Amino acid sequence: MIALSDYLILAAILFGISVAGIIINRKNILILLMAIELMLLAVNFNFVAFSHFLGDVNGQAFVFFVLTVAAAEAAIGLAILVVLFRNRRSINVDDITSMKG
Amino acid sequence: MSFEKILFYILASITVITALRVITVKNPVHAALFLVLTFFSTAMIWILLEAEFLGIVLILVYVGAVMVLFLFVVMMIDVNMAPMREGFIRNLPVGVFVALVMIIELALVVGPSVFGLQSYPAPAPAPAGTNNTLALGQVLYTDFVYAFEIAAFILLVAIVAAIALSQRRRSDAKYQDAAAQAKVRREDRLRIVSMPAVKAVVESAEAVQSPEGGEKKA
Repeated sequence: MIALSDYLILAAILFGISVAGIIINRKNILILLMAIELMLLAVNFNFVAFSHFLGDVNGQAFVFFVLTVAAAEAAIGLAILVVLFRNRRSINVDDITSMKG
Repeated sequence: MSFEKILFYILASITVITALRVITVKNPVHAALFLVLTFFSTAMIWILLEAEFLGIVLILVYVGAVMVLFLFVVMMIDVNMAPMREGFIRNLPVGVFVALVMIIELALVVGPSVFGLQSYPAPAPAPAGTNNTLALGQVLYTDFVYAFEIAAFILLVAIVAAIALSQRRRSDAKYQDAAAQAKVRREDRLRIVSMPAVKAVVESAEAVQSPEGGEKKA
């Protein structure tokens, strides 16, 4: 049988890959957004795995809400990206310095 | 090794390999497509975990809507990706180091010694006819009904924000300015001209109305 730790380690690997993706592709907002989606997926993985092994469906309800928020975040993030590209003709993070961050 | 375990390892390796490709591939269209594959194999693993509804929702919502939106944006903005790969090699050791340390730490915490089969035995497979959607719906519409409504509101806000952000005012289109319409005064549009009354006109008007007036008097 598949142990709970197998699922949790798989989610940990996914999370680590997405953190590495954020560090490696530091300049490309598109890949950054995709890495954030991957992170949320890893978190959802833990919810689903615990929900199955503890026999509690509340974890799946949480995954539902996380999916909702992630979809809203992706829509707004991509809208900001489109506006940014329209104004700057670039999506390079290094070009976005008007707020001196 | 059971069929379930073989399936899990195949799907898990597909998930990990495609996730690695998402962050290393050069073309963002390919990255989005690999992300689709990651979501897909993850959905399969969720179905293996008896979370059928969420597996289907992951495919419908994520692969069907969010990733298509990503592909839309990637193809719409025609940008040169070469300058954005500059720091790739330089940041690679840091990224790999951080990721490896995180994975090792997390594996020590959630590893088989703590969450193994001894402490968390695998639950018995759900009997045929178990309705995962029904169970989730019963929780969602009773215990989490306020959170559910807030989630709906978040989606509404997201729609409004996305449209408001990306809407572009065209200069050659005609718009109604509601504020200008509301604050207009009578003096701006109406001009009263004083004209001398002409007697001939009045007489002819009386001649037209006279038959009715005559009957009333009689």
